[in-house]
Amino acid sequence: MNRGRGPGRGPAFAKPKEKTSVVLMKLWRYLSRYQAIIIFAALLSILGNALGLVSPMLSGAAIDAISLETGVDFPEVTKYVLLMILLAAFSSVTSWLLSAIMIRLSRNVVSKMRKDLFDHLTTLPISFFDTHQTGDVLSILSYDVDTVGASLSTDLTQILSSLITVVGSFTMMMTIAPEMLLIFAVTIPCSIAVTRWRAKIVRPLFSKRSRMLGAMNGYSEEAVSGLKTIRAYHQEDEFNNRFETHNDNAVHATWHADHTAAVTGPTVNLINNLSLAAVSIFGSLLYMAGGISLGNVSSFVLYSRRFSGPINEFANILSEIQSSLAAAERVLGLLALSPEPADAPDAKSITSCRGHVEFRNVSFGYTQDTTVLHDISYTAEPGSVMAIVGETGCGKTTMINLLMRFYDVTKGAILLDGVDIRSLKRDELRRQFTMVLQDTWLFDGTVFENIAYGRDGVTREDVEQAAKAAHIHDMIMSLPQGYDTIVTGSGNSISKGQKQLLTIARAMLIDSSMLILDEATSNVDTQTERRIQDAMLQLMHGRTCFVIAHRLSTITGADCILVMDQGRIVESGTHQELLAKGGTYYELYHAQFDNPNDAA
Amino acid sequence: MRTIGKYIKPYIGRIGVQMCIKISGTVIELFLPSMLSIILDTYAPAGNKTGVWLMGVGMIICAILAWLGNCVANRMSTNVSREITRKIRRDLFHRITAMSAAQQDHVTDASLVSRLTSDTYNVHNMIDRLQRLGVRAPMLLIGGIIVSLLLEPVLTLVLIATLPLLGVTVYWSSKKGVPLFTLVQEAQDKMVRKVQENMAGARVIRALSRTKWEQNAFGEVNDGLAARQRTADLTMAVVSPITSFILNAGLAIVVLVGAYRVHLGQSEPGTIIAFLSYFTIILNALLMVTRIFVMYSKGSASARRLEEILLMPADLAQETLPDIGDQEHLVFDHVSFSYNKNYHNVIDLTFKVGHGQTLGVIGPTGSGKSTLLSLLMRQYDADEGQIRIDGRPIQSLTKDELHSRLGVVFQYDFLMADTIRENIRFGREICDSNINEAIDCAQAAFIHQKEGALDFELNVKGRNLSGGQQQRVLISRALAGDPRILLLDDCSSALDFRTDRELRHALRERHGLATTIIVAQRVSAVMAADNILVMDKGRIIGQGTHEELYESCPMYQELCNLQLGGDAA
Repeated sequence: MNRGRGPGRGPAFAKPKEKTSVVLMKLWRYLSRYQAIIIFAALLSILGNALGLVSPMLSGAAIDAISLETGVDFPEVTKYVLLMILLAAFSSVTSWLLSAIMIRLSRNVVSKMRKDLFDHLTTLPISFFDTHQTGDVLSILSYDVDTVGASLSTDLTQILSSLITVVGSFTMMMTIAPEMLLIFAVTIPCSIAVTRWRAKIVRPLFSKRSRMLGAMNGYSEEAVSGLKTIRAYHQEDEFNNRFETHNDNAVHATWHADHTAAVTGPTVNLINNLSLAAVSIFGSLLYMAGGISLGNVSSFVLYSRRFSGPINEFANILSEIQSSLAAAERVLGLLALSPEPADAPDAKSITSCRGHVEFRNVSFGYTQDTTVLHDISYTAEPGSVMAIVGETGCGKTTMINLLMRFYDVTKGAILLDGVDIRSLKRDELRRQFTMVLQDTWLFDGTVFENIAYGRDGVTREDVEQAAKAAHIHDMIMSLPQGYDTIVTGSGNSISKGQKQLLTIARAMLIDSSMLILDEATSNVDTQTERRIQDAMLQLMHGRTCFVIAHRLSTITGADCILVMDQGRIVESGTHQELLAKGGTYYELYHAQFDNPNDAA
Repeated sequence: MRTIGKYIKPYIGRIGVQMCIKISGTVIELFLPSMLSIILDTYAPAGNKTGVWLMGVGMIICAILAWLGNCVANRMSTNVSREITRKIRRDLFHRITAMSAAQQDHVTDASLVSRLTSDTYNVHNMIDRLQRLGVRAPMLLIGGIIVSLLLEPVLTLVLIATLPLLGVTVYWSSKKGVPLFTLVQEAQDKMVRKVQENMAGARVIRALSRTKWEQNAFGEVNDGLAARQRTADLTMAVVSPITSFILNAGLAIVVLVGAYRVHLGQSEPGTIIAFLSYFTIILNALLMVTRIFVMYSKGSASARRLEEILLMPADLAQETLPDIGDQEHLVFDHVSFSYNKNYHNVIDLTFKVGHGQTLGVIGPTGSGKSTLLSLLMRQYDADEGQIRIDGRPIQSLTKDELHSRLGVVFQYDFLMADTIRENIRFGREICDSNINEAIDCAQAAFIHQKEGALDFELNVKGRNLSGGQQQRVLISRALAGDPRILLLDDCSSALDFRTDRELRHALRERHGLATTIIVAQRVSAVMAADNILVMDKGRIIGQGTHEELYESCPMYQELCNLQLGGDAA
């Protein structure tokens, strides 16, 4: 199998199938806190069933009162009729109560499950987000979780009530004619065998359905995010065709599961009907042989019919349960993915630091067989500005990834104030940094919320001040609702450069002793960049800074410039020193003043 | 629902056949009790062994026939729902790819995703369940009513008198249900958006240590969704207890009326007993019907959301406009545009680009540079003025005519989780040698060092490439189609200067015949252009060659001084 690395890409959440009991155990964890409620619901459903039996008794009594020899006893009839109405009201309230309880319960479970999934997502290693389609994850959060929820709210009570009926009828039949139970000794194991056999076949099909829907959702989400480019290249037809493949796979998997499951119900029904035929044949023969009274045969038949109803329902529910077990597997599979390695129990707390950073013989590769960084060693003094330059792909961003512990070093160590950062609490370590990336990230909220995002308790004045420093205040004021304008991720009226300025304003509000600027102003025009330089200097003041920039003019003032090539540091020193050296940096620096007219 | 009805229509025949089979199966199954009573009431007392066996075998045959009928009917219904779902989803996706950018902005990506996934699934469920329950319930209901009418018309009328009440209940519930379920789906959109954001911004969120905050924010969205789902479910949960109360109360009244009729000698107690047993069938059938209505409400809320997309008027249609017959390749003729129709994003753009010429566009952030390109690509239509290619207004070109001429690189363009080859081909018929040429020109030779070279699998959004590598794959994509018009929107911002310079030289050498528009922050990227636009606040404030602008445009001059060390001209 191609483990979902087909056109869907990204490892699908195809965990090896877990034993049903394990899945159920894990699901039970969500239900166990509702034990009392579940027991109450079960009692309600028993009550409901019992009321169901009372109603025929009342109507029977009423009819007895009608069919008296002496004529109709109206007071008696009226009494029973009133009782019937009362009972109807009571049992309606009971059944409403039962479904209301189960709805609340299942909605709570679903919402808890979804929250757990999301919270778990926030602990997964960064590499997860690089290799998994958002749409596939969404499919788990919506389709799979909902499937589990739906079967909780309806199936659970149905199973409870049919169990009760089955047990009840079974006891009654035992008392009538134990010998005829022999027939059930055949049919019940048969029904169980058939249901189990079907479940075995159907379950993997339902798993596949969940996976295929996930893959299709993954593709849809990806395609929707690329619509602009698809339109620009007029490749709508091609993408439609590719979607068709995913759609076909998804509908086929859905169909295959449903189609196969569709046989289970009728088959169990068939077994019941066959046993009914057997009961009547053998019951009659037994009667003719004088072993049983005819009245007993007929009540036996009545009870066995009573019995078959719930068994049928049971079989039908079972196939729905298979689909929710398959869905639950995906939910649990995502929850089982290992999070970023937990902080060591003796991890040190870090609330503030001086900002002394040392890379000591650091090597790193994203996969085991490749190395992106080779033996990197350097020291950044507190408050100094380290610039990292080099051709694209030389490992600059990787260095930042290591510093932030998005990944951990393969060899060597990174020390902060002399302490290995792996021995620090990850969250607190990250809080020591402020990071501005080239890839701006804004969320669906107001301009104000987006700027205030990095710190709690930020006032309007703080935000406006930061925005003014980042030279974005005027633009914000020209928006229809100013600072309260909603910024949507794909909103068009804010340009990329403006988004970068917003993230710079956001960074200005964060207190930390270290600052990372990864191409922070690459889409900002030069004049604006010049204008915000004071603010940037203020931002950098007193912090250890790591700056990645292609516009070398922005880093000429750095205390130390590391020139990287293919994962190694090839030169380091101040701007002047490096220029004097006439090496790689010299070339890079002069390339930007190259006049293309001369070169052409 | 009407649109969804259109999808169901072609299958009406098959649904009919399947329903007939299902009905026959059910009827055959109904023979079983009567055969049973013949065995027990007639043959057994008479000691007729052969009769018992014959009837017994007859029961077995009926059981098998019923099994066959049910299996076939169930399977047919899954076939039908598969076909319908496939078509709805396909058309929906087609409509989405055919959307204009303005429509996409309006609906939002998150909502599109949740419509494609969750809503189509709800509709599928509705169609599937309707077929399965939709036969049995009405059949039993109508059959039950007919039989009881034959049995005791007056009492049946009492029962029928409760139907308007039931009608009101069902009407009320579906009237309430559809908006409630629509709210659920809207909350679903929000959830989708939150998850999308978090997956896209995982790095930033962790860097800012905002994980807790995001968890709380999701908690709110999630609670909102759960609350809406609960409200919808609870509202719908009222329907079946009310139905069963009305019917049971109706039954009690039937008994009372029956008592009077017996008293008056118009009816027999035995008839009333029989009537009561049929009543159970009617009750169960009605409860099933109400369940169908609940499902219908949920499905039709989603169906409406799908219809909204499916029925969106085609935007940016091709128009017949007179050919102006300019000599120039590209002409912007007094073009103005606003995204939100509130304030202008670009105002009165007028310029011309000749065949094979290069236009540079430079200006501060937010000055309308990218908007200019969007308009040229007809992502949006200009509010005023006209854009022409080869003298033809772009509205009069077919999509194919327009876009096959263009090679485009956006800022932060789209990379898929697929091979590098596919990302460059992007669905077009382009052979490897052309791809390699494009790679060469785009200075993307690093691709050859990747494992599997062109077959190297990119991660989601190309995240296993560095920013500069991503840009060069995107440039390769634009060049691979050998476009006549090349649009580069700040496409080299993540490239180091040397690579950028080599890229520009290669472009001039190999794609010199293509008309090119370069949007850039760097003067060095545009200074060799035949014509340069300097933009500010949506307007063109300077136009000319590098030398001309250096003389005439203060803003441009300032830029040159800043970037080129003051001795540029």
